[in-house]
Amino acid sequence: MTQLHSSAGEGRGSGATEPGVDQSGKKMTFGEGGLAFVFAVLSLSCITVAAKTHDAAYAFHAYLSAFASLAAVFVILNRYVDRPAALPAREIDGKPNYNFGPVKFATIAAMFWGIAGFLVGVIIAFQLAFPWLNLDLPWTAFGRLRPLHTSAVIFAFGGNVLIGTSFYVVQRTSRARLAGYLAPWFVVLGYNFFIVIAGTGYLLGITQSKEYAEPEWYADLWLTVVWVTYLLVYLATLWRRQEPHIYVANWFYLAFIVTIAMLHLGNNASIPVSVFSPKSYIVWSGVQDAMVQWWYGHNAVGFFLTAGFLAIMYYFIPKRADRPVYSYRLSIIHFWALIFIYIWAGPHHLHYTALPDWAQTLGMTFSIILWMPSWGGMINGLMTLSGAWDKLRTDPVLRMMVVSVAFYGMSTFEGPLMSVKSVNSLSHYTDWTIGHVHSGALGWVAYISFGAIYCLVPWLWQKRELYSLRLVNWHFWISTIGIVFYISAMWVAGILQGLMWRAYTSLGFLEYSFIETVEAMHPFYIIRALGGVLFLVGGLIMAFNIFMTIRQPETAEADTGARNPSLVPAE
Amino acid sequence: MNETYRALAEFAQTWGLLYFVGIFLCVLAYALSPRRGKQFEEAARMPLRED
Repeated sequence: MTQLHSSAGEGRGSGATEPGVDQSGKKMTFGEGGLAFVFAVLSLSCITVAAKTHDAAYAFHAYLSAFASLAAVFVILNRYVDRPAALPAREIDGKPNYNFGPVKFATIAAMFWGIAGFLVGVIIAFQLAFPWLNLDLPWTAFGRLRPLHTSAVIFAFGGNVLIGTSFYVVQRTSRARLAGYLAPWFVVLGYNFFIVIAGTGYLLGITQSKEYAEPEWYADLWLTVVWVTYLLVYLATLWRRQEPHIYVANWFYLAFIVTIAMLHLGNNASIPVSVFSPKSYIVWSGVQDAMVQWWYGHNAVGFFLTAGFLAIMYYFIPKRADRPVYSYRLSIIHFWALIFIYIWAGPHHLHYTALPDWAQTLGMTFSIILWMPSWGGMINGLMTLSGAWDKLRTDPVLRMMVVSVAFYGMSTFEGPLMSVKSVNSLSHYTDWTIGHVHSGALGWVAYISFGAIYCLVPWLWQKRELYSLRLVNWHFWISTIGIVFYISAMWVAGILQGLMWRAYTSLGFLEYSFIETVEAMHPFYIIRALGGVLFLVGGLIMAFNIFMTIRQPETAEADTGARNPSLVPAE
Repeated sequence: MNETYRALAEFAQTWGLLYFVGIFLCVLAYALSPRRGKQFEEAARMPLRED
């Protein structure tokens, strides 16, 4: 069990230097000194900005950044004082000395943001059914809480899962320690700081009004620095790999990291009004801006919510099922076909708009071609269970991951269907889209993430198994019923809405006023909100299970088969 | 504008198409080549390996 080596050489708690730590001839590295200096300068600059700006929300962000930078200087120096002279070894006794500290942090952060994001989702779902819940306050209005929900679940929950699992998988499949001493921590903490800035900004009214790219220029710049560091850490770790072959999950993670960098830079080409203002303006406007926005938006789906989580599928499902990947050849074709085709599908978000007709058709065509790689990947994931199907009855964690792949197949079937122009003329701007997004987000992304976290926590904290597999079972069924409530309510609501909008009387007038279509949605909005409540309850059960797993004293012994969980009977 | 569109469309419909088909064939050749059978079989087991 390599996990036993995981925390060797990990950062020590602050406080007095531990006895027995060899500190002779210790020297500060360039990274430690340089980073502490940069953060000190950043802190001073932020205080200057905070003092000179007229925007209270922006001043708050500046003070927050100043405080965080100062804290970073303190932590870096403290870590230096406490550490032994030698930096952590890459190998101990010929085995890789894995760095799992940042992975642990990202895993817990994912759990925290997940609960927060689901909770805000439930609140805004009830706001749609009962508008008085907006409370007539700017900070609690649906318009501000909605981006808080989407960013919290996609970027905070999903992002931490992706960063955490990628740092785990790249080390294990490369048999190499994560590159960099401070860099992996910078990535994990810097990313979460970006989330805090983005989320508090939405509540205070700072937004550039681009869906899924709401954060303003200064948050975008910070994320750029963090993301480039992420890419460098990842590449450098691959560079030192002991395995000649780069495992397919790493290809998917790399496509995710590289493409998100490209999308982020492309869609945020904006110029701030002044350093002392949070407001910026994009360099292009009108339909060009719309096209770039949805090139970004759809590829956030394709490369953040798909490629990254497919990487999770390709590592965690074989591992948990204890079976090799069904067809490695198919996984290679799956990878290249998926990344080459996804990038063109964005225009389907702009059907029947000012976007040229040929571009709309192009987006639709590529969306339909996407059926092939998507289903190829789904089949590959599901068939990995061949010879181990019985485990579905006994292992709820594996069941969760397999159901997630089934949801992946379902929503990647539905998506291309909705991108067909004639279908889109009915579905666009209706709740059908919301239902589609959630079958992908709750069914695919969240379930594969839950499965990965359930696997990771015992491995990282060296426990034999989860605190309770029965609770995983409860989580699975309660959330699954929640998802079914959610998506079936939204299908009915969406199609009803679309049909009401296009209904004409015999005299050629619109049959329904807009408010009548809103009223018709009310019962479905309540069902959807209840589905959300069930999903949140499932999340809370999971958080409790994870907490108890980490707390339980029993640790895995070196040679116990931690890969063979004690199983529970099917219910 | 129309000229630009025509030129771009013509390029996409000929060279663009060839480029994509070419890349796809390369990927197929790499993935399906019998020479790599053993290598891929090992790669498929990479997550299961313990160290």
